[in-house]
Amino acid sequence: MLAADQSNRFDRLMEEAASLAPDNTREQIVTAIFQTSAALCQECVTHKNSVKRDRTEQIDRIVTSKRWGFVIMLALLAAVLYVTIAGANVFSDSLARLFGTIETYLTMAFQAIHAPGWLHGLIVLGLYRGTAWVVSVMLPPMAIFFPVFALLENYGYLPRVAFNMDRLFKKAGAHGKQSLTMAMGFGCNAAAIMSTRIIESPRERMLAILTNNFVPCNGRWPTLILLSSLFMAAGYTGGWKTFVTAGVVVAMVLFGIVVTLTVSWALSKTALRGIPTHYTLELPPYRRPKIIETIIRATLDKSLYVLKRAVTVAAPAGILTWGLGNVHVGDTTVLAYLAGWLDPFAKALGLDGYILMAFILGLPANEIVVPTLLMGYLSAGALTEVDGLHSLKQILLDHGWTWLTALNMMLFSLLHYPCGTTLVNIYKETKSAKWTFVAFALPTAIAMAVTFTTAQLARWLGLI
Amino acid sequence: MTDMTYTIALMGNPNTGKSTLFNVLTGLRQHTGNWPGKTVTHAEGEFTYRGATYRLVDLPGTYSLYSNSADEEVARDFLLFERPDMTIVVVDATALERNLNLALQVLEMTGRVIVAVNLIDEAKKKGIHINTKKLAAKLGVPVVPISARNREGIDALLDTVDAMAHGRINTTPLSIQYSPDIERGIAKLLPLVKDIMGDTYPARWIALRLLDGDASLLQALKQPPQLLIKEGNAYACCGSVKSV
Repeated sequence: MLAADQSNRFDRLMEEAASLAPDNTREQIVTAIFQTSAALCQECVTHKNSVKRDRTEQIDRIVTSKRWGFVIMLALLAAVLYVTIAGANVFSDSLARLFGTIETYLTMAFQAIHAPGWLHGLIVLGLYRGTAWVVSVMLPPMAIFFPVFALLENYGYLPRVAFNMDRLFKKAGAHGKQSLTMAMGFGCNAAAIMSTRIIESPRERMLAILTNNFVPCNGRWPTLILLSSLFMAAGYTGGWKTFVTAGVVVAMVLFGIVVTLTVSWALSKTALRGIPTHYTLELPPYRRPKIIETIIRATLDKSLYVLKRAVTVAAPAGILTWGLGNVHVGDTTVLAYLAGWLDPFAKALGLDGYILMAFILGLPANEIVVPTLLMGYLSAGALTEVDGLHSLKQILLDHGWTWLTALNMMLFSLLHYPCGTTLVNIYKETKSAKWTFVAFALPTAIAMAVTFTTAQLARWLGLI
Repeated sequence: MTDMTYTIALMGNPNTGKSTLFNVLTGLRQHTGNWPGKTVTHAEGEFTYRGATYRLVDLPGTYSLYSNSADEEVARDFLLFERPDMTIVVVDATALERNLNLALQVLEMTGRVIVAVNLIDEAKKKGIHINTKKLAAKLGVPVVPISARNREGIDALLDTVDAMAHGRINTTPLSIQYSPDIERGIAKLLPLVKDIMGDTYPARWIALRLLDGDASLLQALKQPPQLLIKEGNAYACCGSVKSV
């Protein structure tokens, strides 16, 4: 028999099979197998006094149930954010005061050694002040958020999140494991890109890679939390203020997940067509983590790591921004010139030239977007000493910020292109310049479309 | 019969103690490498029992045989094309229900199966009792409780291997009853599959996989992969191979 002939007969067989297969064949097959296994165990296995196992199963029956799974998930996220925001407010101001005091001494030291003005400007007003802002604004939320999140993770809750999300991802034509890589993205998108290796099918893996940055990473949580607490709950006081702030951040996360699913769905219907494959997700038993150790590890590994990254990247960026803000071209600074050039476009997105420039300069790391923005504003004249969140809000208000600016900056931060490290990883993993470009361009286009829409809508409705 | 060599495939979910059993059975007589053309670890070893030599192939740990991953493809292709003389499916006694899913899928492909219920000591500690006799009757293949790390039940397992190798065990593998839609599809495909592939392959299982749209299986059937280089010589165009 000729090989080609044989091959044709196989193909015809496959076509025949395709015509006979019901829509949800895989579901039906898996269900039949699972039911058979369950029936066998029902008859052959007897349990007695297995308390620990039962407890895990009992908890899982609730936290992964169709009715309560999502409610509990959102409630936990909101609770974590509430604790973060409430706690961060306390630390932030005192930390800022400390840095303000140090700055006074630094300035005195510079005067004592008769340092030239430009050096004082570069080191103290550019480098030091920028860094101090980053630390006082970003450290408190991180120092609370990461350890609390790590505790939740170590109790074994994250696989349950993946379990809950699995159904949605499958409906979107993506792999259920994408919920795991997405969960990883809440930590760091660059690491999450590596983690997509757990998805075997190249099509589904690409979906996971392209949509990963729609959830906020370590570098963007502080931005979201900060802007939300400054602008989103202005009309509320006390506990309600914190609650609304947390609610807004939760809404941002939800919106990110919706975008993830929508984009996955759209891609799986167009450029990356196919059906989701099946997989087994093991839910490990709940374990009480070593609490102190978890907190220390999370603080050292995550909070300090992100901070270090922010500072090491922010410091040069601070010098660069200060330089741009103090080198004059004609009667305006380079910074103001660039910002002014970007301004019309940025305004259409509900942002301003400085914000957009901060995002562009922030390509290497999302952590430095807020610091760069502050340095931009500060060097542009409104020199303010570091003394807490209130004066921070004043700086922003002085530059024409409204709640819409804050909202759109949050949206842009949530949706825009992945950071440089992530892009490098995407290239390494896909070995394709084309897909790396898509991973850059697709989120950027979405970020622009969304912010443009909200800005125009808000103006049209006369909300601002 | 002293110079007979039998091939045994070792299968199971990840983390079921499959490799522990592999080490217990083969000791130092093993070698490892990669499956040809795949980044999947391949380990095989040898042992002798009552004069017969057994070649034990440790297949990658998988949850299913749906060819979702390279691991699953390797395991599936081995059962399908190398057709081992018997297959030992290692299941975790503390998570039997999930582990049986794989065992049931193996039973669809071959009837020459021994189910080794591992970690039986741990299950006992957790208050889980498994009626292996009843399970064996239901599955239609031998079921042996073992604890590979304590070397418990290994003799019983080897006796079962010996009995199966010498044809003293008749198996009646459990066949899963699918939904009417799927059973109808299988019934229609079955004669076509048999017509093209003859009796070399498990026709019902192939019909089922084709219904599920398993393109990678079709690819493998068209061009049977050369699984183990050292004995890849007897491939016909439609890939009927019997090793050893």
